[in-house]
Amino acid sequence: MEKTGEPILRMRGITKEYEMGEEVSVVLKGIDLDVYRGEFLAILGPSGSGKSTLMNIIGCLDVPTSGTYELNGKLIADEDEKSLAQIRNKEVGFIFQSFHLLQKQDAWSNVELPLIYANLPEKRRRERVEEMLTKVGLAEKMHHFPNQLSGGQQQRVAIARAIATEPTILLADEPTGALDQKTGAQVMELFHSLNSEGRTIIMITHDAKIASHAGRIVSILDGNICEGQLEDA
Amino acid sequence: MLNPAVVKQSVQMSLQNIRSNKMRSFLTMLGIMIGVTSVIALITIVQIVSDSVMGEFSSLGAGTLTIMASSSPMKNGLTDNDIKELEAIDGIDGVSPTVSLTTASVVDGEVYENTSVEGKSDIYFMHDADIITGGRGLNHMDMSGDTYVCIVDPKYVKTAMLGHKVLGSEILIGGFRYTVVGVRGKDESMSSFMSDSSGLDGTVIIPYRNALSMTGSNDVNSAEVYVNPAYSMSDVEESIRNKLKNMYNENDDYYSVINLESMMDMMNSVQGMMGTMLGGIASIALLVGGIGIMNMMLTSVSERTKEIGLRKALGAEPSRIQAQFLIESVVLSVCGGIIGILFGLLIAFVAAKLLKTAFIISWGAVALGFGFSGAVGVIFGWMPAKRASELNPIDALRSE
Repeated sequence: MEKTGEPILRMRGITKEYEMGEEVSVVLKGIDLDVYRGEFLAILGPSGSGKSTLMNIIGCLDVPTSGTYELNGKLIADEDEKSLAQIRNKEVGFIFQSFHLLQKQDAWSNVELPLIYANLPEKRRRERVEEMLTKVGLAEKMHHFPNQLSGGQQQRVAIARAIATEPTILLADEPTGALDQKTGAQVMELFHSLNSEGRTIIMITHDAKIASHAGRIVSILDGNICEGQLEDA
Repeated sequence: MLNPAVVKQSVQMSLQNIRSNKMRSFLTMLGIMIGVTSVIALITIVQIVSDSVMGEFSSLGAGTLTIMASSSPMKNGLTDNDIKELEAIDGIDGVSPTVSLTTASVVDGEVYENTSVEGKSDIYFMHDADIITGGRGLNHMDMSGDTYVCIVDPKYVKTAMLGHKVLGSEILIGGFRYTVVGVRGKDESMSSFMSDSSGLDGTVIIPYRNALSMTGSNDVNSAEVYVNPAYSMSDVEESIRNKLKNMYNENDDYYSVINLESMMDMMNSVQGMMGTMLGGIASIALLVGGIGIMNMMLTSVSERTKEIGLRKALGAEPSRIQAQFLIESVVLSVCGGIIGILFGLLIAFVAAKLLKTAFIISWGAVALGFGFSGAVGVIFGWMPAKRASELNPIDALRSE
């Protein structure tokens, strides 16, 4: 898709430091990043490169030590826990490597969860859940529990849950990490079709092959970011 | 803020958790269960017993004062004149002398050694009209001292006259033949329950003068005073005391006036004290139960750290996480409370059956049980829920 207008995600000079006793470890050393609406971006980096920290900041689970971060026109600074939760609910759809489904709830209730937190009325929730589960191809398994579903199906439930609130960005952390090649490919296909519907996807991975599915790749190494794929990554 | 869907989901999830950890949940609820059971059982039993005692008091004692006059060196008891004087006091509707003795009675040649004979006057039957279930009570004509009629109680009928015609048959007491003219109703009160289990053959009521002649005295030692409802009991009691003081020449060692209403007041205050004591026992039991709940909730929070992290990532505000865990702890505690209420009522029911009194569900106690268990859930769930709500989502998601 074309990069048009203002970026939907805009980072300038993002740093993140952790104090560990007397030492201060700098994990992110000034990240500049623009993501436009409808982009499929892969953030590629080995473990320890700071990509998890970057993901936490993008996902509003954490706030940067310095720098500015704007998501959907909103400045994410020193927000309190409550407003961060509301921002996550509205703007970010998380997809995790290990799915993170509630094991004691069926597919339906798992997808319903973010809609409950969004205070959607019951009738609208029902429509949304049905629509989302159908979209990911699980119309027949709406009331199955996670342990009755294959890994690929569980990740589809997680994707349905992530897109349920129509968030500004989908944030996927190693989405195929726990899947075999074939189901991984199917999940990537689903990402492509979601992207072609105009959804913005940011995928964090250490796997260059998976990253190559994305329309654009940025690499992160030792807390610095650069456009494209590094030779040694 | 508290969205009904969140509440519904939290209640469902906590019930799921209780089911999937049956043993642990049961042990956790045990404390609350025992606390609520004891509170409900004790409150209900105290209520049942005091209701029945009160009921008896009010059937005997509403508007009634009892005079006990024993023999002093100068005086054998209350004379006819004394009774007339007492009846003349303002606010007294009537004075009914009572003469009680135990003697033998004979029906159809059969001897009943332990018959309780009560001498009463017509005034007693005037004021307790309901007491007669068959025939008639004693009337003014029977009071001359040479009329030989009597009233029998159901126990006497059962002991001595089973299968006989009761009204019109004759009982030999103290050498005189008494004709049965009436039957007293069975009263369900505590005292009749106790006299049922005593060795007495039953009670025969005869005119009090006849009873007096059997005792060989002209004076009565006990009398019921019926007070006009328009007058204050304590004022009338005071007048009676003054009168008695006069009759006994200022020597107050030999008489007493018993006001059942003031005894009821005392019963009430005893009941209040019992209530306070029960409250103390209950709070200790509930404290122990509450600590159990807190322990289970803390375990639950640390076991479900990842779930909490996920919920936060999906947009659950801290207050929602707190509400969820608070609801879980209240559900747990109220479940224990409900079981406790059922057990408590069961125990009270059995106790009521054993005491042969009516079983009454004290809704106040049930509400108390509910309220207490709910409050314990909130109070002891607060800290674990707060802890859950303050978890850092990043750490929580990472935990395995």
